[in-house]
Amino acid sequence: MAQISLQNLRKIYPNGFEAVQPTNFDIADGEFVVLVGPSGCGKSTLLRMVAGLEDITEGSLSINGRQVNNVDPADRDIAMVFQNYALYPHMTVRKNIGYGLKNRKTAPAEIEAKVQEAAKMLNLVEYLDRKPSQLSGGQRQRVAMGRAVVRDPALFLFDEPLSNLDAKLRHQMRIEIKSLQRRLGVTSIYVTHDQVEAMTMADRIIVLNGGQIEQIGTPAEIYHAPASTFVASFMGAPPMNLVEGRLDTGQVMIGDGIALGNAEGTGPVTVGIRPEDVELNDQGSLMFTVDLVEELGAHRLLHGRLAGQPFTVHVGKEVVVGAGDAAVNIKPDSIRLFDVETGAAR
Amino acid sequence: MKRAGFTTRWLPILLLLPQLLIIAVFFYWPAVHAVQSSFFLQDPFGFGSSFVGLDNYRDLAGSGEYIKIARFTLLFTVLVTFFSLGLALLLAVKADNVIRGARSYRTLLMWVYAVAPPVAGFIGLLMFNQSWGPLTEMARAIGWDFKLGVNFNDTATAMVIVSVWKQVPVNFIFFLSGLQSIPKSVREAALIDNRSAVGRFWDVTFPLLAPTGFFLLIINITYALFDTFGIIDTLVKGEPGNNPMTLVYKVYVDGFRGNDLGGSSAQSVVLMVLVLALTVFQFRLIERRIHYT
Repeated sequence: MAQISLQNLRKIYPNGFEAVQPTNFDIADGEFVVLVGPSGCGKSTLLRMVAGLEDITEGSLSINGRQVNNVDPADRDIAMVFQNYALYPHMTVRKNIGYGLKNRKTAPAEIEAKVQEAAKMLNLVEYLDRKPSQLSGGQRQRVAMGRAVVRDPALFLFDEPLSNLDAKLRHQMRIEIKSLQRRLGVTSIYVTHDQVEAMTMADRIIVLNGGQIEQIGTPAEIYHAPASTFVASFMGAPPMNLVEGRLDTGQVMIGDGIALGNAEGTGPVTVGIRPEDVELNDQGSLMFTVDLVEELGAHRLLHGRLAGQPFTVHVGKEVVVGAGDAAVNIKPDSIRLFDVETGAAR
Repeated sequence: MKRAGFTTRWLPILLLLPQLLIIAVFFYWPAVHAVQSSFFLQDPFGFGSSFVGLDNYRDLAGSGEYIKIARFTLLFTVLVTFFSLGLALLLAVKADNVIRGARSYRTLLMWVYAVAPPVAGFIGLLMFNQSWGPLTEMARAIGWDFKLGVNFNDTATAMVIVSVWKQVPVNFIFFLSGLQSIPKSVREAALIDNRSAVGRFWDVTFPLLAPTGFFLLIINITYALFDTFGIIDTLVKGEPGNNPMTLVYKVYVDGFRGNDLGGSSAQSVVLMVLVLALTVFQFRLIERRIHYT
């Protein structure tokens, strides 16, 4: 178990590219932190710096108060699960899981006991004598998990571990990894580009963009109070609606003088509204033009225009609508305002 | 998958014919000829030959000189194979770790590949030149009076050194590409699992290189047995005398210098059987056993 602390951690590659701008955050003991962002945002680089697979250009990284900038990966008391599993193809499942223990001078009997325990936990007992090439994708993923779990490390690192699995298996493994982490209570850093994984698994989410942190917060905070238009449009499927508006005489206005609510200030502003914060209502004050209905079974997404700007509305399966105009209401207090220039929340 | 077939029987035969013809003319015909003449004793001037049965083979088995050369060939093959594989592996591992200027190092290390065996032998002659060869001078500096072509052991050493030098680049290329085909993440996983670089090499890198290694083992044994002819011929200047030689060189010396075509043919047949055994070994044992994916 461990606390992790990153102070001004920075990565500049030899070609001068700054992959990670000076970054600060702390991770509490037993916390599950997800780094999420689009490809190239520096999330994997950050994780690899924590693992010791990438040099730290500047700043300080501590695990349990010990600075580990120049400590070998094997001596950082971490375990990592890789995107393509990175199993040793010539070793059986048993040897794959036990390899890290063997190199830490663990007694053979103890290794066997721990491997058995991990295999039981991950439903791998009957596959212990197989080679990775004889396993399915999901089973390989479990072996990779087993290799991490068996060492009982201070910190788990996950580098997009589910992105090579099909959708159904991904959903199942998501739950398994999360419950395993809960049970073991090991501090974890999990990298993904999938916002659903981030939302469902994290205690805290760190949203990265262009090598810097956009926002740190619980999934609820990130979802309901995004710190920027980037976070608003990255998190959530479908993303938050962002429409051009302005502040005038204490009102948020869009289109030709349609007032959405009260707010101080003047001038142009970006208005953010979650698709599910809009209700179809015959007495509604806003006119929403539906162009396309996306049927998703449990609910429907209505794609269309509000005050002439692209807009999406999320409705329940019981609401039947076709293309055409519909009156809508926006739930009170659900409007987020962002600066037009910087994209930051106001 | 559906197998495509020919409508007539003669077209495939016609298409295979050129290749079969080449194999027949350049391999089967001489091979049959060699087997045949190994049972005869030829007149040195080509006036005739008489059937002697297995006498040529009996002579070989009873010849102390032949046994001695066979022993030397075995030792030579073991040394050349071991050192050219070992050095190439060492260089490949080191070159694989180099990040800056990697391409120039690799090119430099592969260069010797382009040198023909007789040229390699000639370079060896210069390096071991009695009066001013740099390697002779180096040997002298450590108190070794190196005499190429005069002292049996010194000549053998030079043969091994030049043969290894010539073969290292080939092995290097294969080992390097083998190393680069090991997934980066597997090595990184090992980095987290094992702090010792030596341990990681023997536990992870080396086993994953084994398919490449076994393929190269066969290639190198064949090289040491047969392709070193040019190097040996140049180093002993075509006049082996009391200097060491390999079985293949002995075939040449007995057949073309000694005009003993029958005896030389018997030696060729022995070598042919050796290569056959080696090939069967390669296909049966190695191709089957060492594959991971």
